Amino acid sequence: METIENKVTGDTGEELALVLSARGGDINAFERLLKKYDRNVFRIAQHITQNREDAEDVVQDAFLKAYEKLDQFQGNSKFYTWLVRIAVNEALMKLRKRKSDKTVSMDDEVETEDGTLTREFADWDPNPEQRYQQSELGDILGKTIQGLPAGFRTVFVLRDVEGLSTEETAETLGLSVPAVKSRLLRARLQLRERLSKFFKKAKGGDRPK
Amino acid sequence: MKCKDFLNELNDFLDGSLDPKLKAELEDHLVWCHHCYVVCDTTKKTIQIYRENDVYELPDPIRERLQTAIMQKCKAKQKSE
Repeated sequence: METIENKVTGDTGEELALVLSARGGDINAFERLLKKYDRNVFRIAQHITQNREDAEDVVQDAFLKAYEKLDQFQGNSKFYTWLVRIAVNEALMKLRKRKSDKTVSMDDEVETEDGTLTREFADWDPNPEQRYQQSELGDILGKTIQGLPAGFRTVFVLRDVEGLSTEETAETLGLSVPAVKSRLLRARLQLRERLSKFFKKAKGGDRPK
Repeated sequence: MKCKDFLNELNDFLDGSLDPKLKAELEDHLVWCHHCYVVCDTTKKTIQIYRENDVYELPDPIRERLQTAIMQKCKAKQKSE
């Protein structure tokens, strides 16, 4: 079975030049960085906060904070990873506020697993998503990932959707590499389990109800 | 190899970061264990589906509004310094 290719996140040499220009006062260079990554920041923020308005605020706050703190960017990590770290922190703050719960953290609900990671063994069609209209599919995927604890879905989004490495994800979230791996496995398996309901092969060829 | 051992290595197997010997053992397990084959195949599809379908797309009008607001604030900060 072949493995999954990772998304490549930008040419770091060109990017560093943009960051240095922006730091030197070239506002157009910063605008290019903004246009390059605003969609990613929005996606991450929406996944974490699960709230449209909050996600838009996170995009603004994260980029403004990045602009203000550009001189603190060390250049030993990618600009994108640094920006994502700012955005994740802003998004978690919004989530805590919205839930009026100070305890939302990356450690949420990790210990509530009953130990059974897989229960569903039905095979899927080769391209199961083609059964659904794009909007219907978006709805299924959105609702399914919403059901995961914040700590799980954040790791999944950074690692699998945005294509950060395990080490970058760990650094961004302040977790150890084994902790990221454990959350990622549980997130992947829980999503798989929940999606099986929609994507598994139906008996007799009908679409499952 | 037991199914539990397979599951423990599933991440690295899917990410292609296993050493060749362990990878071969896992591939061997997949030949005869249909449950693990299904789990592996459908987990891979889960990741691909989330990667290929943008669940939360930023619509262009909102994107433009945000970009304008951010750049205005950045320019204001630059002037005040």
